[in-house]
Amino acid sequence: MTIALLISGGRVIDPANAIDEICDIWIDANGSIAGIGSFDGEADQHIDASGQIVCPGLIDMHVHLREPGQEWKEDIESGSRAAVAGGVTSMCCMPNTGPHIDHAGVVRQIIERGHQVGLCNVHPIGAVTKNLDGKELTEMRELSRAGCVAFSDDGMPIWHAGVMRKALEYASSFGFMVIQHAEELNLTRGGAINEGWVSTQLGVTGMPVEGEDSMIARDIMLARRADARYHVAHISSQGGVALIRAAQAEGLNVTTEAAPHHFALTEEEVLGFNVDAKMSPPLRTEADRLAVMEGLRDGTIAVIATDHAPHHEDDKRCGLSCAAFGIVGLETMLPVSLELVRNGILSMSDMLAKMTCNPARLLDLDAGTLSLGAAADITIFNPDSSWVVDRNKLVSKGKNTPWHGKELTGQVTTTLKAGRVVFAEGCVHG
Amino acid sequence: MQAMQHLFGIADLEPEQIEYLVNLGHSFIDINRRPLKKAPTLRGKTIINLFFENSTRTRTSFELAGKRLSADVINISASTSATKKGETLLDTGMTLAAMQPHVLVIRHSVAGTCEFLADYLDNTAIVNAGDGAHEHPTQILTDLLTLKQTWGSPKGKVITMVGDIAHSRVARSHLLAAKKLGYQMRVVAPKTLLPAEIERYGCEVYHDFDAALPGSDAVYMLRVQTERLTDNCCFPSIREYHEAYGLNRTRLKAAGEGALVLHPGPMNRGVEIATDVADSVHSHVLAQVEHGVAIRMAVLAALCGGHEQAHDEAARKRRTKRAMEEDAMQSKEGLWP
Repeated sequence: MTIALLISGGRVIDPANAIDEICDIWIDANGSIAGIGSFDGEADQHIDASGQIVCPGLIDMHVHLREPGQEWKEDIESGSRAAVAGGVTSMCCMPNTGPHIDHAGVVRQIIERGHQVGLCNVHPIGAVTKNLDGKELTEMRELSRAGCVAFSDDGMPIWHAGVMRKALEYASSFGFMVIQHAEELNLTRGGAINEGWVSTQLGVTGMPVEGEDSMIARDIMLARRADARYHVAHISSQGGVALIRAAQAEGLNVTTEAAPHHFALTEEEVLGFNVDAKMSPPLRTEADRLAVMEGLRDGTIAVIATDHAPHHEDDKRCGLSCAAFGIVGLETMLPVSLELVRNGILSMSDMLAKMTCNPARLLDLDAGTLSLGAAADITIFNPDSSWVVDRNKLVSKGKNTPWHGKELTGQVTTTLKAGRVVFAEGCVHG
Repeated sequence: MQAMQHLFGIADLEPEQIEYLVNLGHSFIDINRRPLKKAPTLRGKTIINLFFENSTRTRTSFELAGKRLSADVINISASTSATKKGETLLDTGMTLAAMQPHVLVIRHSVAGTCEFLADYLDNTAIVNAGDGAHEHPTQILTDLLTLKQTWGSPKGKVITMVGDIAHSRVARSHLLAAKKLGYQMRVVAPKTLLPAEIERYGCEVYHDFDAALPGSDAVYMLRVQTERLTDNCCFPSIREYHEAYGLNRTRLKAAGEGALVLHPGPMNRGVEIATDVADSVHSHVLAQVEHGVAIRMAVLAALCGGHEQAHDEAARKRRTKRAMEEDAMQSKEGLWP
């Protein structure tokens, strides 16, 4: 038997199929997974993965690709390149572009551009309200037909309780998920970082954690009444995790995701006015960080997603309170998350589930597994290889990372998209 | 003692550096009282005062400080600067730094502006003249000089600070200085005007002004910004604020005999401070203003590599009055050869 590509000797982990063993995985000429086990035959191409982990291509269900509208910050091509450099082969992009993803034409444009680039699956998330202004609902069915996989006004909360109620009711009528950027603006307006001892010392206006918690609490009540699929983006607070946990215990269809920075860093990172540690929701306290980790451990938080938010240096080159919110995340997602495994919080398989099959299940994506016949989107990484993050060497146009100059452990060595090597030996193969 | 490269805030100063600057400021008081208010300390030095916020006393005192030490001083205020034309803060800073000043004195509404600019500017010492609600180090040094005149040392004293602590850079810098120099701060305000976890500075927190007064060695009133009233709902009315947190004669008596009254200015008479208190013998508000010039002279001298000259000035202070008169004559001769 001759197959197109053989990946041999790696530790193959496929959480969806409960596989975790050292074995071979092979791919047919169509770019589909043809087998997992012990391969005996000829292969046109061979990747030796011994000592490495072979897993489904990662899914990042929360990125900002900035195209259309802010291509100087990032575009679909540069974002796709950054994605595969980070082992991500599917990503969901948020609608705060210009124009916003509130019209089917924009959805089609993004999907088509993603196909042209051909490195990473790009799934748009549609706006909940037109112009993201929180007033009128978008044509969600139309957007869904065009390819939107969920709905959100991310970057902005759906702040108006009445609009949120209608959004949840309407979206759930058709099985759509509403993703909320949970932030009560009346509490957070003008704030740049978490409100607390750090904001007090820096004299920078803070955003109290209650801004996040109160919005989540409100939304859960509305989701209960609407029997809706409600998902909280980038959860960062102890209270928020507790609210989600209680809602899930009650049987509500409420889910959430955590960004690596929220379980790896705290507000202390901002001391010294570090603009590359400024994002929304902000880095919070150690208690919050531990609560997010506990939420990941006990399953309350099903997904790890980066909130990859590239900005141009000009948008960050000012004081902390006027710098843009957000950090890049695609290229550091895996090594930072591996810390959860090293700390014993999660098994390797459970950690990988949160960036493969779990988001695929939430969004009904045909991705995130190594099942036979599935498109061979595969990530191969060395979990023990250390590297120093150099912002200037990031593939993304955005250089705004809090990990610049820091050593991370875990490095993606090869990324395959539908059986084709799109990233290897530190280079993207577009 | 480590030489200073910049002055960002009290946070970066060792206690010895604070004492050094206060003592140096003390030695400069006399120059300001001389008929000829000029010393050659900073001859040939260029100082740019870059003010993005309105300021009368701070800007004027920096200007006078530089001029009285013979530096060339330029003032730039936001209304006349290129920022109005869309230039970024960083470009303005780099542009001015390219003109090779020795010192850039900066006031800006954004906390951390000085630290931010310092990352990009070489060969220019930066002095923080107030950045957002972060720090205002020269005000605190000024206050410490004022207190030194009365108390000698602030160690063990109790300063009760009243007002908008949340938005006050003066408050934060004082809270840091208190820890370093061993005096106790009491902060008094409604919760709406207190920042989160303020007690972690090691201060005592009061909402009841009258409860905080007994045992206070100084009562430090902060300016109430009336925009807090409308924009932030921090307090319901001037009337109620004055009743709860205004310093009047009765309250001053409760503080105990000899309590000093301080205010960083500008004062709102009838709001945080009653006129009769503001004008009383207990008020050291004008002494603060006077010492502000001396302290800024000290800071500029220390930063301009004028360490040696600064020490000379301090030594000169210790000489006789007659010797000082001779100094005055010398500087007169220097001016009119």
